[in-house]
Amino acid sequence: MSSSKRNDAGNPRQSVSIAIVGSGGTGALTAGAMLLEAAGRVGLYGLMTRSVGPQIRGGEAAALLRFSAQPLACMGDSYDLLIAIDWRNADRFAAEIALTKDSVVIGDPRGGDMPEMVPESGARTAEIAMKALAKDIPGGRQNMIALGVAVGLLGLPEADLFAVIEKQLGKKGDEAVTASKAAIEVGLAEAAKLDHAVPLSVPSANAEKPERWMITGNEAAGMGAIRGGIRFAAAYPITPATEILEWLAPALTKVGGVLVQAEDELASINMVIGASFGGKPSLTATSGPGLALMIESLGLATAAEIPIVVVDVMRGGPSTGIPTKSEQSDLNIAIHGCHGDAPHLVLAPLSVGDCLFTTQWAAHLAEAMQAPAVVLSDQFLGQTRALIERPADVAFIAQRAAVTEAVNDYRRYALTAEAVSPMAIPGVAGGQYTADGLTHDEAGTPSSAAGHHEAQLDKRRDKIETFTYGDHWADIEGEGEVAVLTWGSLTGPAREAVARLAEDGIKARLVALRLIAPLQVEQLATALAGCKRVLVVEQTHSGQFYRYLRSMCDLPDEVRAFHRAGPLQIRPSEIDAQIREWRS
Amino acid sequence: MTNLTNIGDLLAHAYQIEIEAVERYQMLADQMEVHNNSELEKLFRKLAYHEGQHAEEIRTQMTDANVPELKPGEFRWAGPDSPEAVDLGDIHYMMTPWHALQLALKAEQQAFAFFDEFRRSASDPDIKRLADEFAEEEEEHVAMVLKELEKYPEPDDDWDDDPDPPVSPE
Amino acid sequence: MSKAQAVAYKQGDYKSKVKPIWCPGCGDYHVLISITRALAEIGVAPEDVAVISGIGCSSRIPAYTNCYGFHGVHGRSLALAAGLKVARPDLTVLITSGDGDGFSIGGNHFLHACRRNVDMTYIVMDNRVYGMTKGQPSPTTEPDWDSALSPGGTGLRPFHPLVIALASGANFVARTFSGDPNGTARVLVEAIRHPGFSFVEILSPCVTFRPDEKEWKNMVHTAPVEPTDDAARAARRIMTDDGFNLGVLYRGHRAPYQPEIGTASVDVADLEEAFLL
Repeated sequence: MSSSKRNDAGNPRQSVSIAIVGSGGTGALTAGAMLLEAAGRVGLYGLMTRSVGPQIRGGEAAALLRFSAQPLACMGDSYDLLIAIDWRNADRFAAEIALTKDSVVIGDPRGGDMPEMVPESGARTAEIAMKALAKDIPGGRQNMIALGVAVGLLGLPEADLFAVIEKQLGKKGDEAVTASKAAIEVGLAEAAKLDHAVPLSVPSANAEKPERWMITGNEAAGMGAIRGGIRFAAAYPITPATEILEWLAPALTKVGGVLVQAEDELASINMVIGASFGGKPSLTATSGPGLALMIESLGLATAAEIPIVVVDVMRGGPSTGIPTKSEQSDLNIAIHGCHGDAPHLVLAPLSVGDCLFTTQWAAHLAEAMQAPAVVLSDQFLGQTRALIERPADVAFIAQRAAVTEAVNDYRRYALTAEAVSPMAIPGVAGGQYTADGLTHDEAGTPSSAAGHHEAQLDKRRDKIETFTYGDHWADIEGEGEVAVLTWGSLTGPAREAVARLAEDGIKARLVALRLIAPLQVEQLATALAGCKRVLVVEQTHSGQFYRYLRSMCDLPDEVRAFHRAGPLQIRPSEIDAQIREWRS
Repeated sequence: MTNLTNIGDLLAHAYQIEIEAVERYQMLADQMEVHNNSELEKLFRKLAYHEGQHAEEIRTQMTDANVPELKPGEFRWAGPDSPEAVDLGDIHYMMTPWHALQLALKAEQQAFAFFDEFRRSASDPDIKRLADEFAEEEEEHVAMVLKELEKYPEPDDDWDDDPDPPVSPE
Repeated sequence: MSKAQAVAYKQGDYKSKVKPIWCPGCGDYHVLISITRALAEIGVAPEDVAVISGIGCSSRIPAYTNCYGFHGVHGRSLALAAGLKVARPDLTVLITSGDGDGFSIGGNHFLHACRRNVDMTYIVMDNRVYGMTKGQPSPTTEPDWDSALSPGGTGLRPFHPLVIALASGANFVARTFSGDPNGTARVLVEAIRHPGFSFVEILSPCVTFRPDEKEWKNMVHTAPVEPTDDAARAARRIMTDDGFNLGVLYRGHRAPYQPEIGTASVDVADLEEAFLL
C-alpha cells in the first residue's frame, strides 16, 4: 500500500516502494535484484518486477521494488523513492512509476533531462553525481552507488548487502567485490547526507531474521511441477514463459526426469502427450501465441484422456500483442478454445508464491482425472521476483489410476462410477489399446455411433464435474455485503484493496478463483451468500471473466465489472475507489 | 530358389504356406464384410476354412518330424509373398466369385509351382516323396478351383460400376 | 527383451481384431502385414511396441495392430512419438504416416525428427494423394495430376522425401513397395534394429483415387547398388534414380538422441535450496 498517505513523519512505513531506472548497460536491474536479496536476508517480504524497453541489450530499464514486514500481495500504487542512474527514455515508465508529492526522486546531474513526470508530481528531488563518484573508485560502477543510496535510505544492514555482493560477484574475483563494496560505501555516505523528512525504513518482522525464499512465479511453477510429480517437459521458447522451461531443464535432470526442446509448440504439446501416454507425468509451458497453436492437441488430450499440464504465462494479446507485459486475456481461449465439447481443467495461481501450489495441484488434478490442465499464470506472476515464506508442503502429487499388471479383456475407456478409467501403460501385457482422437467406444475402437459419442462425452464431462476439489478452488476472505470477485494475478490488488477497506471499517469480502473451470457454481453461490453487491475485477479489455461468470451462474442483483486491458495492472487504490464510490 | 535340405524344413514351409493362406483369406473376408459384399465374404471364409483343414493335416505330419520354429524372414520364399497368399493389390470391393476364384486359382498354382520345383530339385528320396505328396495335393486344389469356376461365367465389363461417388470418412 | 526370449511371437500376435476400413486393393493392407511380419521377426513383445500415427488412411494402422497405439491429430505423430520414446526408451516405437500427414501438415516435424535422431522408425505410405478426403494432390503428387481442388494439376514440383531425410540427418533411409511384403518386412526389420531415426518410404498404391498406381508393381525394381554410409552419395543416387528403386539406400552412424532418464541424483527437497536466502 502506498506509504505516503498513511504514515506520519518519523514512523516506520508499512511498505516502501522503490524504483531504480537507468539505460544503456547502467545495471539498474542488477542493483534492484541485489537490493531485493539484501532485504530478504533480514526477513522482509518483497516484490521486484521490471520494466524494459524493446532492446535486447542496452535499453532503458526500471527495477520496481516494494518491501514490507507483512506479506505483499501486489505492487504499490505509487513510489516512495525513485533513483535515476540516468534519465534516458525514462518517460517511457511514467505510467508505471507513479509519483506523489511525498515521493523522493534522486537523479544524477549529468544523467540527462529529468522527465516531466517528476515536476508534475511535486515530488522532492535531490542530486547525487553517481557517474562521477563511481569514476573515482577503481572498477566502481554507478549502479552500486545507487544501490548504496537505496540501502542507506531503507536502513538495511550493510553486512547483509555485502553478503549478497560476495555471493553474486564472488565468481568475478576479489577486485569486483572490493570495487562494489567501495561504491556502496560511497552511496551509503551520500544517503546519510540527504536530509528528508520522511524516513523510508520498514521494521523487520523480528530480530531473528526469519527465513525467506526469493523466487519468481516462473521458478515457482517449475518447482510446483516437480513437487507434483512432473518428470517430462517439452519446451519451445516464448516470452514470458521461457524461464519455467529454463529452470526445469537442469532441475528435471536432477530428479530423474528430462526436458526436450521442441521445434514448435505443436510439437511440444504432442511430445508431452506422448510422454504422458508412456506413463510419465508431463508438462509444457507457453504464452498466448503458443497456446493458440496447442489448442488442437489440447482437444486430443481431452478426447484421448491423456493427463498433461500446460502453463500459459499470459501476456498482452491478441496476436504478438505485448510480449513483456501482463494481461489476463487468454481466459476465453483457455476455457473455450477447443472445437467440440472438450471439458478440461483451467486453473490460475493467485500470487507469485502460489504459482508453486497451483501448478502442483494442477499436476495432481490432471493425473487424477486423466485430463489436460491449463494453468493461467501471467507475465506479472511469472517474472516478478518475490520474497516469500517457504510454501507449505502439500500432499498433492501425480497419482494416475493405472493398469500396471497384465490384464485380459481390457477396455481403456470403460464407463465407471467415477467416470475415470484405469489407464494401461505401454509395456503391460494385455493392456494394448489405441488412444484415439476419433470418437471411440469403451475399448477405444473408432466409432461414429451416436450412443458411443454421447457416452464418452458424458464420461469426460462427469469425471471433471463430479470430482471433489476441496477448499482450494478459491481464496475466500473477509465478510460483508460487498464482495470483490476476481481470479489469478488480480487477486493481489483485490486482496490489498479489501484490507484497506477493512482498516477503514468497511466490510468487504474477497473471493478469488483458483479453479476457473469447471466453475464451482454451488460453492461460489455459498461464498457470495448474503452479498448485495459484487465487483468483478480482471485484467482484460472485454471483461472475459465477467462474461464467463454471467454465462455460468446467477450472481447477486448488483454486479459491476471493473476491467481493463494490460499493460498497466489494476492497482489496489483503483479497486478500493470503486467500492467506496459504489457505497456512496 | 528354395534350398530345403530336410523333412522338417519342408514341413515348416508347407505348414506356413497354408497358415498364410488362411490368414490372407480371413483378411479378405473381413474386407468384404466391411464393404458389404456378403457373397464374397462367405466365399473367402470357405476358402480360409479349406486351407485351415489342409494346414491341420500338415500339422499332424509334423508331430514326428523335427520341425524348426522359423521366423518370418527365415522362410525361403522366392516371390514377394508367401506362395499361396492372394495378392491384396488385386482385390476390389465389388468383385464377384469369378474374380475371387481366379485369384484362388493363381494362389493354388503358385503353391503347386513351389512344391513342383522343389520335388524336381530334391535328391533325398524321403524329401522327394513328401514334396510329391504336397505338389499333388496342390494340383488337386487347382482342379477343384477350376471345377468351381465352371459355375461362374466371366462377368460383364461393367461389374465394378458404382453409381455413388467415394465419400470422405475423415 | 527377456519376454521376447521366452515367447516366440507369430505374425498374428501383432494383429488386432479391428477390421480395417481401407478400400480392398489398397497397398496399406500389405504394409500392415509387413509390419506384423517384421515385428514377429524381431520377436519384441506386442505390449512393448507403440505404433503412433496422425490422420489419414495410413494413420489408421495403430488400431489394426495388437500393440499400444496412438491415433493423434493430423501431422504431429513424430512429435508425439519422440516424447514417448524419450520418456520410455525401453519401448519399440514405430510411426505410420502418409504423404499428406507426413510431408505437408507434418513437414516441419519431419525435418526435426531427422535432425533429432530419436531411435524410432518412421514408415510413410506414399500414394501421392489424399485419400481420406476424396483425392487431392499431396506434396509428392505429380504437378499435372488433375483434381477437383487443383484443376489441371498443382504445377508444383513434388517433394523428395528421401533426399530431404538425408539432408536433415536421418540415420537410415530406405524405399520399399507395398506389393512386396517380404521385401518390405526385411527392410523394416533392419530399420527398427538400426539405431536412431529410420525413415522407410513405402510406395503404397491408392486403388480408388490413383488407379494408375496399380502399374507400380511393374515399375519397381531392386536398387542395383549396395547401401552406402555416405549421405551425399546416397542423395545423388536418389536424386537421379527413377523413383522406383527399392531397398536400403543409406545407413548412417550417428548416435541416437536419448537423454538419461529415470535416475535421480538429488531429492526434490534439495532443489529448494536455491530459493532459500
